[in-house]
Amino acid sequence: MSVRGLGPDAGPKAGPDAKAGGDISIREVTKIYDPDGIHVVAVERCSLEIAAGEFLVVVGPSGCGKTSLLNVLAGFEDLTDGEILLDGKPIAAPGRPVEPGSDRIVVFQNGALFPWKTVLENIVYGPMVQRRRELGRARQAARNLLAQVGLEGIEGSYPAELSSGVQRRVEILRALINEPRVMLLDEPFRGLDAVAKSVMHQFLLDLFERTRLTMFFITHDLDEAIFLGDRVVVMTTRPCCPKLVLQVNLPRPRDHRALGDTRFLELKRAALEAVHEEALKAFRAGERELA
Amino acid sequence: MASGILTAPSNPRRKAHPWLRQSFNRHTLRGAVTLVVFVILWALVVAFKVPYLRLLPPPRDVAVSLLQSVASAGYWANWWISMVHIAVGFVAAVVVGVPLGLAMGINRTVRRFVFPIFEVLRPVPPIAWIPLAIIFWPTVSLTIYFLVFTGPFFIIVLNVMDGVREVSQNHVRAALSLGAKPRDVFWRIMLPATLPYVMTGMAVGMGVTWNVLIAAEMVTSATESGLGSMTWTAYTNGILPVIVVGMLSIGVAGYLSSALLRLLGERLMPWQRRI
Ligand SMILES: Nc1ncnc2c1ncn2[C@@H]1O[C@H](COP(=O)(O)OP(=O)(O)O)[C@@H](O)[C@H]1O
Ligand SMILES: [Mg+2]
Repeated sequence: MSVRGLGPDAGPKAGPDAKAGGDISIREVTKIYDPDGIHVVAVERCSLEIAAGEFLVVVGPSGCGKTSLLNVLAGFEDLTDGEILLDGKPIAAPGRPVEPGSDRIVVFQNGALFPWKTVLENIVYGPMVQRRRELGRARQAARNLLAQVGLEGIEGSYPAELSSGVQRRVEILRALINEPRVMLLDEPFRGLDAVAKSVMHQFLLDLFERTRLTMFFITHDLDEAIFLGDRVVVMTTRPCCPKLVLQVNLPRPRDHRALGDTRFLELKRAALEAVHEEALKAFRAGERELA
Repeated sequence: MASGILTAPSNPRRKAHPWLRQSFNRHTLRGAVTLVVFVILWALVVAFKVPYLRLLPPPRDVAVSLLQSVASAGYWANWWISMVHIAVGFVAAVVVGVPLGLAMGINRTVRRFVFPIFEVLRPVPPIAWIPLAIIFWPTVSLTIYFLVFTGPFFIIVLNVMDGVREVSQNHVRAALSLGAKPRDVFWRIMLPATLPYVMTGMAVGMGVTWNVLIAAEMVTSATESGLGSMTWTAYTNGILPVIVVGMLSIGVAGYLSSALLRLLGERLMPWQRRI
């Protein structure tokens, strides 16, 4: 068992068994909650093309509909209109039953490790319920993953015994072991302190360098967005659709020095302006804004 | 080969079993002092023939009676009978209550059908069931099992139902995202996530259970024995020390059953232990 691009026993990067792809096509997606009742239009005619292996970051005012878009992508919510393709195959369309799957795994805002399972049991949860792989080998793969990111020795701990930074890393490994094509991250580092956050950024960038999974990453932190992403999409206030798309042409691999780069500062200024404009709109619309 | 200075643990308490160490700390010492003072006060009350309390047996009589009881087979038979009463009624309450609570938590239709009955029956104190239960059930044992059952039953059902509704949506979604099927979500998310609520319901229910059991045994003491009936029989025969021995025994039995549940909880939920 191997995880793409990770470690010595990892499979060949473009070998015949390597799961290719991970390109997402979001076409004119609209999500309306409770259309006959309160009728909340969370996402409206949102279109986005995400290339396989791209790190896409979405920013926007709080409550603008970012999580709604992610939930539709993940298959947690049905969509009202439009369609979403993953590697050319439709994964969401109106009237289609919602189908979450291990090809696109979600990492949640507040962390969703199972508190009643140890670190190791959490990581092998996917292989266990998918019943595709022998559990012993999955456990070994989990141990390898932990070792590769310097987290050996915690496999028997329960999540509550770990710092939130370590919890987030474990949660990302729990997704990764399933060899997903896409990772959907909904403000995964919210609530971490600055130091823990910067450790997490380096961790995620390292993983990205090694795996080149498609990343769909939501945040309200502009520094984080530009530091991590290949592209940053600033969303309009509710209903959510792309307002501004910034190409981040900072070289990879990146480290903290990128934060002082003049290109970084320029991008940040542009993003800030767009976000501020939308935040003001949201504020005028009588909504709470936090972006 | 290492010298004694470096290796020998000179402090014997270091070697003591952790349970012993926990049992003999400052707090238990204070508790012991209170206990001693209480027994002295009790002896004084008897010695000075305080009004209204004149019939109170002196601590010595109780101690003697306790020793006699401990040495007699009948006393332990009463323990055994009470424990069986508790076990049957309580286990039945868990076996029926947990699935019902799960169903009510998961399925709105079940909840809407069953909940109104609960609203009506829950405020009825379990002891109020005694007359009906005696009329209804053909044997005294069944009556007692049923009464013991009503004590924790409602508490367990309502706790489990709340537990299901507290299951984090993110945990369910994370499981689905990792490829779980609905039955995995039930067995591997719903159940462990509600387990703490099950255990809380059982712990709270256990307290009520002993109340109900003792009342039931006292009422039916002519035909069925147990610690409650032992106490009541001592009352009707006017043997005061045995009444006190009965009360103490019931207290100890209640404590033991709660401790057993706590132990079970720690076994079943290791993730809650070290927090
Ligand atoms: N299940 C739901 N039912 C009704 N409205 C919802 C639901 N989920 C989210 N919303 C509303 O949709 C809007 C967008 O929410 P969300 O997607 O969570 O925003 P964001 O993630 O950008 O902060 C908010 O106004 C929110 O109140
Ligand atoms: Mg959100």
